Amino acid sequence: MTAAIETTEAGAPIKREPRFSWLWQLLRDPLGCFGLILVLLIVLAAAGADILSPYDYKALDIKARLAPPSFEHLLGTDNLGRDTFSRILHGGRIALYVALVSVGGSLVLGLILGMLAGYGPRWLDNLLMLLFDAVRAFPVIMFALAVITVVGPSLETIIFVVIVTSVPGYARITRAATLSLKNTEFILAERSLGAGTVRVMVSHLLPNLIAPLLILASMDIPVVITIEAGLSFLGLGVKPPTPSWGSILNDGYSFIRNTPWLVIAGGIPLIITTLGFTFLGEAMRDVFDPKMKKDR
Amino acid sequence: MLLYTFRRLGLAVLIVCLAMLLLLAAIHMVPGDPAGIALGPRATPEMREAFKAKMGLDQPFVVQYVNFLTNVVTGDLGVDVWSNRPVSTMIGEQLPHTIALAIAGLGWSIMIGIPLGCFSAVHRNSWIDKLTGVLSVGCIAIPSFIVGLYALLLFAVNLRWFPAIGAGENGDLGDQAMHLVLPGLAVGLGWVGYLARFVRTSMLEVLGENHIRMARAYGLPRRRITYVYALKLAILPTIALLGVGVGGLISGAVFAEIIFARPGVGKMVVDAVNTRNYPIVMGGVLVTTMLFALSTLLSDLLAAWIDPRVRQGL
Repeated sequence: MTAAIETTEAGAPIKREPRFSWLWQLLRDPLGCFGLILVLLIVLAAAGADILSPYDYKALDIKARLAPPSFEHLLGTDNLGRDTFSRILHGGRIALYVALVSVGGSLVLGLILGMLAGYGPRWLDNLLMLLFDAVRAFPVIMFALAVITVVGPSLETIIFVVIVTSVPGYARITRAATLSLKNTEFILAERSLGAGTVRVMVSHLLPNLIAPLLILASMDIPVVITIEAGLSFLGLGVKPPTPSWGSILNDGYSFIRNTPWLVIAGGIPLIITTLGFTFLGEAMRDVFDPKMKKDR
Repeated sequence: MLLYTFRRLGLAVLIVCLAMLLLLAAIHMVPGDPAGIALGPRATPEMREAFKAKMGLDQPFVVQYVNFLTNVVTGDLGVDVWSNRPVSTMIGEQLPHTIALAIAGLGWSIMIGIPLGCFSAVHRNSWIDKLTGVLSVGCIAIPSFIVGLYALLLFAVNLRWFPAIGAGENGDLGDQAMHLVLPGLAVGLGWVGYLARFVRTSMLEVLGENHIRMARAYGLPRRRITYVYALKLAILPTIALLGVGVGGLISGAVFAEIIFARPGVGKMVVDAVNTRNYPIVMGGVLVTTMLFALSTLLSDLLAAWIDPRVRQGL
C-alpha cells in the first residue's frame, strides 16, 4: 500500500497515513490475525445462530439424552436430550450481549466520571477516587453473590454487577489521561480562545482518550464473558431455558461421571472467545499504543 | 517506616468501611424483596416482616450501617437465618481451607512463574521466550473454572490420579495435600502466566540499567547478577501485583471450591446465596474483602520495606 500524498495551500506535500493502515498492521501480527479470526468466528456463529443451528435449542429428545457426538448431534446432547451444538450457538448470543451492553455501559460511565475527576474541582476528584478504591476493594465474584442474594439471579443483575465493578478501571485511565492533557498547550490555547468547559471536554479531550479506552474494552470483554459464564455455572446467572455456556457447563458438571462431552463442549467456546479477544486486544494495543510495547 | 505503616493501615480500614457502605447502599438502591424471594410466593406479609426483622432489613439504612459496623468491631456477624449458628464461627471453620487453597495456588505459580519470567528476560527473543509469551497470554485468558473442570475430568474422573471431592481426612496431611493438587492447579494456572509476563517486563527494564552493566563489567557471573542484583529490583512491581491479585484469587477459589466440593468460604457463600441466607453472604463478603485489603496492605508494606523510596509516596 502506498501512502496518499496531498498538498497544502503552500504547496508543501504532507504525508497522510492510508485509512486502514492500522488494520494491515494488525493483520501482520500473527497472533492478532489469529485473534481476529477467532472473534469473527464467534460473532458470526452467534449472529447466525438461528440459521446455523440444526435443532431448536429448546427441543427435548429424551430418548437421545446424554448422547456422544455423532453426525446427528455434532456435539452430543445434554441430560434432557437437547442438541448441545444448537445450545452453544445460542449461548454465544447471551455471552456477547452481556459483554457488549456491560462493557459499553462501563465505558461511557467511566469516561464521564473519569473526565469529571480529572477536569473538575479537586474535592470531586478526591471523592470519586475514594469511591473507586472502595469498589475495587471487593473480590468481583463476592460482590456479585451479595447482590444476587438480594435481587435474585438474572441477566440484568449480571450486567449491573459488571458495570459497577468495571467503571473504576475505565475512569482511572480517563482521569490519568485527562490530567496529563489538561495543561497542554492546545487545551490552554482553546480555552484562551474562549471555549467552554463542555466544548473542551467533548471535542478536544474526548478524541485523545478514546484509543486507550477501546483497548481496555477489548481486553475486558473476555473478563465479562467469564463472569457471566461463571455465575451461570454456579446456577446464579441466566435462568434455565435460556442457553448459556455456563449453564451447559453446569449440566456437564452434574453428569460428569456419565459423559465427558457436555463439559468439553461447554468449555471450548469459552476458550475460543477469551483467547480470541485477548490476542486481538494485545495486538491492538501494540498497534495503537506503541509506547506500551516493550522489547517484543 | 512506622509512620508509613500506620497511614497505610488507616487507609485500608477506611477503604473496607467505605466498601461495605457502598455494598449496603447498592443493595438498598436496587429494587428487590429479599424476604419475598427467600420465603417464596406463598409467604404471608407477616412472615415477610418477621423475616426482614430477623435479617435486620426493616431498619433505616443509616441504622443498618452503623449496626453492621459496631457488630463487626465486636466480632458479631449475626446468625445463620436457618440454623441460628453464629456466622463468625461458621466462617472461622471454613476460612483455613480457603487460605490453604489460595496459598497452594499462589505458591506453585510463584515457584514456576517468576523463574520463567527471569529466564525469558535473560534469553530474550529465543524460542523459549516466544513460546512462554504466547502460553502465558493463553494461561491468563482461559477462565480458572474451565481449567478446574477439565482437570477434574482428566485427572480425577478419567485417570483417577487425584481425588475429586472434599479436602481430605482431618489430620492426614498427605491426604489433604493430594486434595489440594487439582484445585491449586486451577487457581494458580492464570497466575503462572501473569507472573511470567510481569517479571519478564520489569526484568528487562532493570537489566538495561547502569548498575547492572557495571556488575557485568566487573565480571560477576551472569546468573548471580540476574538472580541476586536484578531480581531484587524487578520483584517490586510483582509484589504489588500479587497484593492486588488476591481479589482475583478469591474469586477463582470460589469456583475451585464448588467444582471440587471443597469446604471453604466461597462454597459456604454460594450455598448461602441459594438458600437466601443473607447474614452468611454478608459475613463472607466482609471477610473476603478484609482478606483482600489485608493482602494489598501487606504487599505495600513489603514493597516499602524493600524500597525506601516507596515510603514517601503516601
